[in-house]
Parts: sequence; C-alpha cells; structure tokens
Amino acid sequence: MFIINCPYCGEREQSEFKAGGEAHIVRPKQPTELSDDEWAEYLFMRKNIKGIQFERWNHTHGCRKWFNMVRDTSNDEIKAVYKMGEKPPVE
Amino acid sequence: MTKNLRVKTGKAIDETYRISFKFNGSTYYGFKGDTLASALLANDIHLVGRSFKYHRPRGIMTAGSEEPNAIVQLHNDSSRTEPNVRATEIEIYEGLEASSQNCWPSVKFDIGGINNLLSPLLPAGFYYKTFMWPASFWEKYEYFIRRSAGLGKSPTTPDPDIYEHKYIHCDVLVIGAGISGIMAAKIAAKNGLKTLLIEEKPNLGGSTIYQNSDHFKINNQNSGSWLEKEINEIKKLKNLEIKTRTSVAAYHGYNFLLARENLTDHLPINQRKDKTRHKLLKIRAKKVITATGSIERPMIFDNNDRPGILLSSAIKRFADYFGVACGEKNILFTNNDSAYETAISLIQKGINIEAIIDNREEVNSKLIYEVEKNNIKIFKGYTVTDTSGYKRINKISIMQLSKDGQKVVGSKIILSCDCLGVSGGWTPAVHLFTQSGGKLKFREDDQVFIPNIYPSDQLSIGACNGDFTLDEILVNTPKSLIDYLNIKNTEYDNLEISSSTNKSKRNIWLLPSDKILGKTKSFVDYQNDATAKDIKLALREGFRSIEHVKRYTTTGMGTDQGKLGNMHALGIISETAGAKMGELGTTTFRPPYTPLTFGTIVGRNVGEYFDIFRKTPIHDWHVEHKAEFENVGQWKRAWYYPKENENMHKAVQRESKAARESAGILDASTLGKIDIQGTDASEFLNRVYTNAWSKLAVGKCRYGLMLNEDGMVYDDGVTTRLGENHYIMTTTTGGAANVMGKLEDYLQTEWPELDVYLTSVTDHFATLSVCGPNSKKIVSEVIPDLDFSDESFPHMSFKNTKIGKINCRVMRISFTGEHSYEINVQANYGKSVWEKCMEAGKNFNITPYGTETMHLLRAEKGFIIVGQDTDATMTPIDLQMDWIVSKKKYDFIGKRSLYRSDTIREDRKQLVGLLTDNPNEVLEEGAQIVADINKSPIEMLGHVTSSYYSPNLKKSIALGVVRGGKNMMGQKLIIPMEKKNINVTVADTVFLDKENKRLNA
Repeated sequence: MFIINCPYCGEREQSEFKAGGEAHIVRPKQPTELSDDEWAEYLFMRKNIKGIQFERWNHTHGCRKWFNMVRDTSNDEIKAVYKMGEKPPVE
Repeated sequence: MTKNLRVKTGKAIDETYRISFKFNGSTYYGFKGDTLASALLANDIHLVGRSFKYHRPRGIMTAGSEEPNAIVQLHNDSSRTEPNVRATEIEIYEGLEASSQNCWPSVKFDIGGINNLLSPLLPAGFYYKTFMWPASFWEKYEYFIRRSAGLGKSPTTPDPDIYEHKYIHCDVLVIGAGISGIMAAKIAAKNGLKTLLIEEKPNLGGSTIYQNSDHFKINNQNSGSWLEKEINEIKKLKNLEIKTRTSVAAYHGYNFLLARENLTDHLPINQRKDKTRHKLLKIRAKKVITATGSIERPMIFDNNDRPGILLSSAIKRFADYFGVACGEKNILFTNNDSAYETAISLIQKGINIEAIIDNREEVNSKLIYEVEKNNIKIFKGYTVTDTSGYKRINKISIMQLSKDGQKVVGSKIILSCDCLGVSGGWTPAVHLFTQSGGKLKFREDDQVFIPNIYPSDQLSIGACNGDFTLDEILVNTPKSLIDYLNIKNTEYDNLEISSSTNKSKRNIWLLPSDKILGKTKSFVDYQNDATAKDIKLALREGFRSIEHVKRYTTTGMGTDQGKLGNMHALGIISETAGAKMGELGTTTFRPPYTPLTFGTIVGRNVGEYFDIFRKTPIHDWHVEHKAEFENVGQWKRAWYYPKENENMHKAVQRESKAARESAGILDASTLGKIDIQGTDASEFLNRVYTNAWSKLAVGKCRYGLMLNEDGMVYDDGVTTRLGENHYIMTTTTGGAANVMGKLEDYLQTEWPELDVYLTSVTDHFATLSVCGPNSKKIVSEVIPDLDFSDESFPHMSFKNTKIGKINCRVMRISFTGEHSYEINVQANYGKSVWEKCMEAGKNFNITPYGTETMHLLRAEKGFIIVGQDTDATMTPIDLQMDWIVSKKKYDFIGKRSLYRSDTIREDRKQLVGLLTDNPNEVLEEGAQIVADINKSPIEMLGHVTSSYYSPNLKKSIALGVVRGGKNMMGQKLIIPMEKKNINVTVADTVFLDKENKRLNA
C-alpha cells in the first residue's frame, strides 16, 4: 500500500485515495465542433504504460481534492505530486 | 509401550512441568516448551501423516515453519478444528488434541495408499490429461476427486475466538531474532531508533542460542552463551519492542508489512477464555532489516521421504533444544560441513551415530577431525541411492559417486538405521525480500539466490543474505548496519571470533542412482508428491517456464509453498534444459509466508460489523412495525410491511392499492441530497444535466437527468431552487456518493472558474413522502399554517415552512404519479414527523409502503429506475426520453456523445412497455426477449428490466429493453422460459394515467 503525499494534507495511506486515470486530458471547449474520431480520442483513448505515467488522484477520504501524480508503474515509485492546474515537473 | 527418547534436559523445555496431550486418540506426555513434533519424537513416533497424492507414510522432517509433512488437524470441535497445522510449530498445552490428516481409516492403514502402487499411472498432469473428456463426465469425476483430495477438514460452525487488528509505526523493523537480528535490533535501538523485533518462534536466539561447542567462540565464550547475554541486554532497551510467536506474513511495497501475533495458541485451553487469539499487525516501518535466516536443503534421492528422514539441522535442534533423540541408530548424509555440527551435538549427548555419508571426496576441517576422533565411520565420496522401511526408515543403500557426480560406481553397501539426517546445504529465506519486489542474484560458488536489488528502504543481513558461517555473520552484519543506519561504529566492530566451519560443498541437485529415473521416487516437493521424474516429464512435454512447470507438476504449491524443494526443482530444470540458474529465475513467492486463518484476516469485522450499514432516522419505527428490509447500497431500506400471514406479493398489492386509493407514506431519507450554492450554480446545473435550468424560478422543482461523458444515463432526481444562488439536488440512493464525486471532479478540474460550492447533506435530512388522493388532507393537518391550494402550492414547487417549531422543506413532487408531498426535516425530527403523519392519516387508512411498492407504483407510470431499467449502455434517446434533452444548450456532459455513429443507430436497445397476452402472467425480470423462436440460433432482442402485477390496473405490466423497440409498438414478441413460451405485445411505457390527471386529484 502506497504512502501518498497529498499536496494539501501531507503523507497519508493509499486507502484514503482513489485513482482517477490518466492526467492532463483536457475536456474540449467546443465538443460540438469535433468529428466522431476527435471526440472518441478524448473520450476513450488512454495510455497504459510500463514506466513513468501521469495520473489523477483524489483524496476521497480526506480533503476530497483532486491532484496529479507522476508514478512509475513498474515499481510504484511516486516521483512527484502536484496540484491541479500546475505544470507537470520535467525530468 | 513406546520408548522414551529424551536424552538430556533440553534448553527450551521445563522437565518439572509435564503436559499430557492426545495424538490420534492416544494420550502421550511431553514437557512445557515442547512442540508437538518434539513431544511425538520423544515418544518415538515418526509416522505423522500421509502425503497428498500417493498417500505415502510421512513423518516429521524439520523443526520449523518449513515443515511439509507433519501437518495435523487440531481440535475436534466443529468451530475450532483447524487443518494443516505444522506439528513443528504448535507448542503443546494441556488439552491438545491432534490427529493425522489425509488418511482413512487411519494413518497406519490408509486406503488411499493404493495410489502409491498405482503411481506409475499417476504422472504429472494426470488429472489434467485424464479427466478432460468426455466433457459431460466432469461432474461425475469431480465427485470422486473432491472426496479423495484436499488437506484436512475445515470448521463447519462460526469461529468463536477473538481476533484483532493493530497498526504499528516504527523506525526500524527487524524480522527474525537469530544472532544477526538481535545484533541489528540492539544497534538500531541504541542509536535512538524506535525498533520492533519480530520472531516467529517462542524464544529468541535462532540456531546460535543452542550452539554449545568449542568450535564456535565469540570473545572467548561459547557463541550460545555470548548470545544469551546479548538477549538479556536487549530485553532492557527502552525503545525496542520484542514480539515472539509472531510471523511476518506479507511484505508489501512502501515497507508495509502484515504479521500475525499468536497470543493464546500455546496456552492450556482453560486459560484462553475471553483472550484475543491472534493479532494481525499492520506495520509501517521506515526501515526494514530482514534477518530471516536460512532453510536447510534436503537431498534428492530415491525414497527420500520416509518417516525417520529429517533435515540434519532438525535432528540437532531436537537434541540440543528439546533434549530429544530422533533415533537410536542415526546416520547422517551430507554434502557440506553442517551435518558434522549435528554429529558433534549428538556425540555430546551420547546419541549413537552409525555412520556419515558425505558426497565430498576430499574433506578436512576441525569438525570432521573431531567426529573421526570419535570412531564414527565416514563414507567420503558416497551417496545414498535408496532407502527402505514402510512406516519408518530401516535401511539405506549407498554407493560411490563417479568423479563428475553424474553416476554411481562400485558395489552397493546396505546400512541399517532408524533415522537419517540429510543436509544439502542452505537456502537463504528470501521469501519476504522478494515479496517486497526485491530482485535476486545467483551465487555460483554455493548455488544460492541472494538479495541483489532492494525495492524499498530495507536491508537483508545474516543467513538470508547468504552469510552462513558465524564469522561471516559477525563481520558483515555490523559493517552493513554502519552503512545502512548511517552510524559511525557499533559495539560489535572488534569481536574476537573463532569458527571451525569449512565452506566446501558438493552440490548435486538430483543424486544419481543405480536405477533408471523412471523407476525412482525422488521427492522434490514432499507435500504435493512431486518427484524429479515429474519435473523431467514436464520438460520433455515442452514446458520451459519455471512458472508453468510449477503449475503442471504442482511443485511448491502446497501449504509449505515449497520452502524445502523449490531450489532442487530449479536445479533439475536448469540441468535438464541446459539453462543457467540465474537466467531461469525463481517462481514468485507470494504472501502469506506461513498460512493465516481467516479469523486473523477478518479480525473484528464479523457478523454485523462485516460491512457497516446505514439506518434512516425512521428506521426504528419500521422495525417496530415489522418491516422486511432490503439492502440498497449500504442502506437498510424498508422493503414491505407484511401484516399477519401476508407474503411479499400480498403486502405489496395491499400497499399499492392503498397508495392509489387513499394515502401511502414512504421513508425516502436514503435519497442522496447535495446542497449547491454559488453565483454560478444555475450555470453549473446547465452543464451537468441534459435539460435547461437557467429559467427555473425560485421555489420551483425540476426533474433532471445526468449523463456520463459517453452519453449514457448516469443518475436522475429532482432538484429544487431554494434561492437565487441556492439549489438542493436529489440523487438516487445508490448513486449519491458517485454523483457527488463526479460533480466535484468537474468543478475542480474542468471548470475551476465556476463559483459553486457543494455539500453532501444526505444524512442531515429525514425525507418522507406522503402520496395518494388524500395526501393533501393529511399533510395540511400536520402543517396547518401552510396554504396547500393548487394556486399557491402547485405540482413541482416548494415551500419553506415549520411544523410547530421544526423547520421543514416541503416539495410537491411525485414518483408515483399521485398527488404527493415530500417533507424534509432535520434528521432527528424524522421519526416524530412520520408519527404525526401516521396520526393525521389514521382516518384515511394511511399505509406505510416500502421500496417494492414504490417500484411497482412508478412502473405503472413508466418512470425509470437508473440501474434497473438502465445499465451503462442506455442513452436518454434509448429510454424514449428525448423530451428531457435540451436542443438549445450549447454543451452539457455527454451531449456530444448523443450523436456519435453508434448512439444514433436505430437498432439500439430501447425501453418499451410489455403486456402479456395472459394478463395474469407476470414476467421474470431479466428474462430474454425474442421475436422468432424457430430461428437457430435464436436471436436475442433484449430483456425484461421491470415486471409486476398491478393491482390498480388488474393486469401484469413490464418494462424491457428491445433492439429497435421504439418502432415495434403493438408487435408480438416472445419470452422463452424453461417450461413455456410467453407471448407479449410491445406497448407504451406509461400504463396508468397518461394524462397526469392524478397529480392534481
């Protein structure tokens, strides 16, 4: 079970959190302007990589804030956490 | 009469404290401190159980948790009986009753033993190969296989014992209290770190503590005495906690570990009452030091599984620790120096050794010299080729090994014995290290896997790190701790050490025999009866991956998880397939390290605490009035209120009629309620619901439908505008938490610019709904000051008012199609307001109804229930609810998906009404719907989602989803059931009061 450093609350057990899929997928501002393929790209296409992945997490049993996490899916090492709207760290 | 094989007072036992116990119905005696294994051996009992597949007689093989054979059934009663308990781990206590497993009618005469004779017919994969065909016979095969398979019996009644969970946080966790673990714990604690030391055995000290030979000295003391002083010192350290009889079961990522602390299993039965039996420790450690030691390897030769064959180290432990001789004519068989340590212990205690068989040709060390001095015959360069003795070993055959170790040469020598100690070297206990994600490397010198890459903040020390000899441990442990704990020095940096062990070893995974392999039974996994032959067969049949060979042969899949034999399996695969051990890798070590009982895992979460349930503020009233309850999510909801002799059908028919004809009352407190405030609240609702909200006047209510971004219906409910910037949203009971989460998600991540605040207020309010033609009369009696005229308080509107001094919100909304009112009060007042309504409704036969009647009433009106009439594939268009989808709004969640190529298909499944040709025939929910019964295969068009007998319409009604159903109005369809086909006609989804006259009745 991970220890997650919530950007608002500090270190907490993973059981307090919920994972929310890939991060940095922005909802299109004008969905009606999009073709079926473009909309499907937003709606369905997600990465599932072995290695460094950017993810959304929610501190559901805590502050209920959403935030982003950089995690190495091969060994579950959490490289960074940062608030929504902040730029992802560059390595 | 059994013999007494107690030789000399052992270190661990108290001979003044005699304990009687039962094994297979007979009474025996042992001493306090004995394990069941040591006590049985002291009574000269070796035959303890039968093996799993061939039912071969098996005895005690080890002295620890790695035991594969001596597993017993404990206790006789139906609630506490426990299978697969290792006789080597259970400490005897007054009242202990144990029996052999896996044998019938008795361990001495077991009918299943016939499998042993049939074994040429039972190769690896036998069950897979034989019982595959004909497929229809499987059920018949299964009956017999199940009866003869399985280890032990599980309890049949609930476990009466108490179990607990406990969280522990520490700076350093040390696993294993052998010499290296004790040194590590002392160093850590003395450096100011909060330290926890865990040991699976009842006492500290590992194997060094009973080391009492002049060959191993630390600072000029016997190593055992030196360690004893260390143990006395660490017991005084303040920031060191020591837990014995505690086994670490699992080592997860981020240094999260689970351990089982055994608190009462060693106590006399009459001292256990009201005490916690096991504690599951959930440990989060900043640093973990693994000092789990090593497990001695057996040797793989023909018939290496007979009772009386033990690990050499186990024989030493039984002698030194428990004062028990495992036999009177002992032979040791080894490929390294450790068996000579055993020999010296036995000599010291006057236990007879017939001979030592050593694989090595050239051997010399101080240990061997001392053994030779005692006139013990050592056969150098020899191997055991076979053994005999059915229930106890009585003879062994030995032959000389060829130079390359691949063959035996010369003539056979037969030696008689009653106990054979084997030592194939040592295997580091890396189970926990690899569970944590650690990567191993293979050390060619002595053919062992040792820790290589640590995945978390941890360190392996001592034998589990490949340091087997005393001098290696004493030199390397302090050194690695200085690095790991980042300290300057330790008190152990300048120890004077003298150790006589010579490290030479002649490793042969599968020892050669004068017989061909096919005629031998050389066991690699004792518990699962997997032999060297089976592994070679698997390789011949094309299995290459170690994980596949494991599953095909079942090597390492018993309750002991192959602690003894896995390395040999790997070795044999490596030699046969010509692959390097390091490249072959190991099978995955999975938790738990030793089995846990379910009680330990579940802890206090049993019975009503298994899963919490939520009660409404009116719950007690429902209980008093004999309601039956239904689980909706975690809620207990009143399902129906049977009067005497009523079944559910009759109760629901009565309740439904009363609600339509006079008045009904429903506890709707479980509906999710979200308070929405902020200047952008209307805009927010516009974006999350399919319909428009900007123009909803203050004091008005509106039904809303919420979609997922993929266009599928997600939730629904009525939202009321309480003020200019203030709404209260209701959600479905089951969807409340998810809707809240979804709304928060959008607000925080997609639309942070919106000024909107959400608060979940589900539990803050009690909600009760009064419906029926007399509802207005009843509610106006409860709230006399409010104007209930249709002009002042029309359908879909809301009033803030008071019942006496109690603030209350009243909405005139309806889920039944009847004129009805929903009263919301602060939760604590729920029951009293409910009782007021019941009182006011007395003259109108007000009838409390439950969820079943609610479902029936809404189905009569064709109102959907999200999750019953919809699944995650229904759009509002599929539901024929086009009216609620705004055409004008530029965007809302899911809008774009409503005209994807897939969602505009005409032949999607669509919601329709279904009427049976026979009005008394009620369909089964979930039943398939077809058009053509003669077509093969029959084309499934959809299924029934809701179905009831309507007492108000006096006929059966149903809703269902049907492919292209929208254009099938009036068409005949068929519901094929097991015994008959039911004819139905597609109808409108609204069955009653299509004009909504009753809302204002």
